[in-house]
Amino acid sequence: MKFAVVVEVSALEGISDPEAATIERALPLLGFDRVSGLRAGRIFHFVVDAGDVAEARSVADDLSHRLLANPVIQRADVSVQPAEVSV
Amino acid sequence: MSDERPVSVAVVVFPGSNCEHDAVQALSGLGARAELVWHTARSLDDFDAVVVPGGFAHGDYLRCGAIARFSPVMDAVCEAAEAGRPVLGICNGFQVLTEAHLLPGALLRNAGLRFVCDIVECEVVSVSSVLTAGARLGQRLKLPINHFEGNYTCELEALRELEASGRVPLRYVSNPNGSMGAVAAVSNESGNVVGLMPHPERACSHLTGSVDGQVLLQSFLQAAAGEAAMSAAAPAGRPAGD
Repeated sequence: MKFAVVVEVSALEGISDPEAATIERALPLLGFDRVSGLRAGRIFHFVVDAGDVAEARSVADDLSHRLLANPVIQRADVSVQPAEVSV
Repeated sequence: MSDERPVSVAVVVFPGSNCEHDAVQALSGLGARAELVWHTARSLDDFDAVVVPGGFAHGDYLRCGAIARFSPVMDAVCEAAEAGRPVLGICNGFQVLTEAHLLPGALLRNAGLRFVCDIVECEVVSVSSVLTAGARLGQRLKLPINHFEGNYTCELEALRELEASGRVPLRYVSNPNGSMGAVAAVSNESGNVVGLMPHPERACSHLTGSVDGQVLLQSFLQAAAGEAAMSAAAPAGRPAGD
């Protein structure tokens, strides 16, 4: 069975994120003065072939924490869903 | 340094490395036999020491050093480190060694998102690493820096521990990139693995503005010679490690 995985990687809380800080500083200039807590990150999409959702998640978690994110400075939020279209 | 044969140093080359020739030139100038080793090599047993040079290994895609860490040669680099042989990561090489967990912490984008290219002063704050054993505590060295991701980061408690245990060999006199504790270099617990953002190999000729890198590379080669002599004396080749 195929599972569609989305992994969001962003800076851990407390780790400086100058990109997000710069974007946030620009917001009031555009009139967005009620927006805060901005975080910048990257999204990865991939498909895992696995017997069930738990197995797919375990592969996705392993991949996310060993390669896509560096746990020293980043967090990875992993979501796994049965793939709707065969890939 | 050994009288019988020159110290041999592997300079590891990834697709995208670009400081490997500078490293070979600088090490050769100090009497070493430095050789380029492509990243698909699986053994570094013929070398007394390893240098992971600067550049953009594997295009720095994903994160600096994140993909280089899985290059075949990295197992051999880890083996060399475990066996106590000197391993030096310069700039991108430092990033690779942190991603490979040979050194603690990580290197973030510079504070202020500025690429820095400059000659900066670094102070020797610990001489218990292979890079600084031959230097003087408090010695100030003029070294070139050239990076976007040199902002050293780790947990505050970990930083205090590194500092207290002499694992911060070099500190910037004036912090150019936002590094915690103005850390310019970090070593592992036994001091044989060191990573630094400045480029000592580019500070080995008056033509390039400074020769202060020589004391560091000399120290590194001295340590490699010592390690090689110990291995030669050991009955079963290299010591089994610690």
